[in-house]
Amino acid sequence: MGTRNLLWNVANKYFTFGLVGLTISDRYASIVPVRGGSMSPAFNPQPSISDDYVLVEKFCLEKYKFSHGDVVVFRSPSNYKEKHIKRIIALPGDWIGTTHNSYDVLKIPEGHCWVEGDNSASSMDSRSFGPIPLALVQGRVTHIVWPPERLGGVERRYPKERVSSL
Amino acid sequence: MWHYRSIVREAWHRTMAVANFLCGLHVTNTYLCTAALAYGPSMLPTFNLTGDLFLAERLSTRFDKVRPGDVVLVRSPENPRKLIVKRLLGMEGDSVTYAVDPKNSSRCNTVVVPKGHVWIEGDNIYASRDSRQFGPVPYGLLEGKAFCKILEAEAHVMTSGTFVL
Repeated sequence: MGTRNLLWNVANKYFTFGLVGLTISDRYASIVPVRGGSMSPAFNPQPSISDDYVLVEKFCLEKYKFSHGDVVVFRSPSNYKEKHIKRIIALPGDWIGTTHNSYDVLKIPEGHCWVEGDNSASSMDSRSFGPIPLALVQGRVTHIVWPPERLGGVERRYPKERVSSL
Repeated sequence: MWHYRSIVREAWHRTMAVANFLCGLHVTNTYLCTAALAYGPSMLPTFNLTGDLFLAERLSTRFDKVRPGDVVLVRSPENPRKLIVKRLLGMEGDSVTYAVDPKNSSRCNTVVVPKGHVWIEGDNIYASRDSRQFGPVPYGLLEGKAFCKILEAEAHVMTSGTFVL
């Protein structure tokens, strides 16, 4: 009888812990690994050595208010199971100059944003799939938490000369 | 001294119970099933103008089990804070024929839904803002599949303090 009681207690503890953990990671913050070199040098400056772990905050999802240069996690528009980490370059209503194959100026539609990786040579981003709906965004990256020597905030920057918000 | 300690312990247990309950509620609402209110003319006659309460389950969208014909809850691509209810008409790779402007002309257009996207339209094509205006939407915007109406609009009328279903 004692063993059964103990097992029940342990299962109960794990279940509670799971519920609380899931709620915190959904609503407040979570830690995710960054894979690949598309955001180098901000994350994974040497992609093959080790992955960076970053803190993603979810409070921004209540109002979907973002600033230029925020690094965000979003679901890929071509495959909902994949998540990408990129930098927001332009917000709804902005005009952006795309340097894709020909120089072109594009207006970002309502509720969309333009995302690009810092390492434009190896990044799959808005230059290939166009502006993405803000509703695909799952959180904003605020800090690098691992490895410890790279611990620190993520700075906000973007190419100002390519964006105009007339 | 012992008295205070037992009070603190009791308070802690109660707080934890409430927190657990709220967490359970959040997880159920996010991963299993949610209730939503549909109003507006775009889904007539499936949903009423003044507001029907319905249940939407989250499992079929998560495990890719939605099919054309399902009524889905979608986060609006134009305003991320808004949820819209539409009918799913095409999955990726399907070709969809739609009336461009059914009020004034009978012109139709055919498109192929790109990879990872779906085509959604309201049941009332005369008064609906859907894929015909903003194009196919990414699958990641689907939030759930409506499966049962729990409260019709007429039921909001209160008669002698009870809901009439």
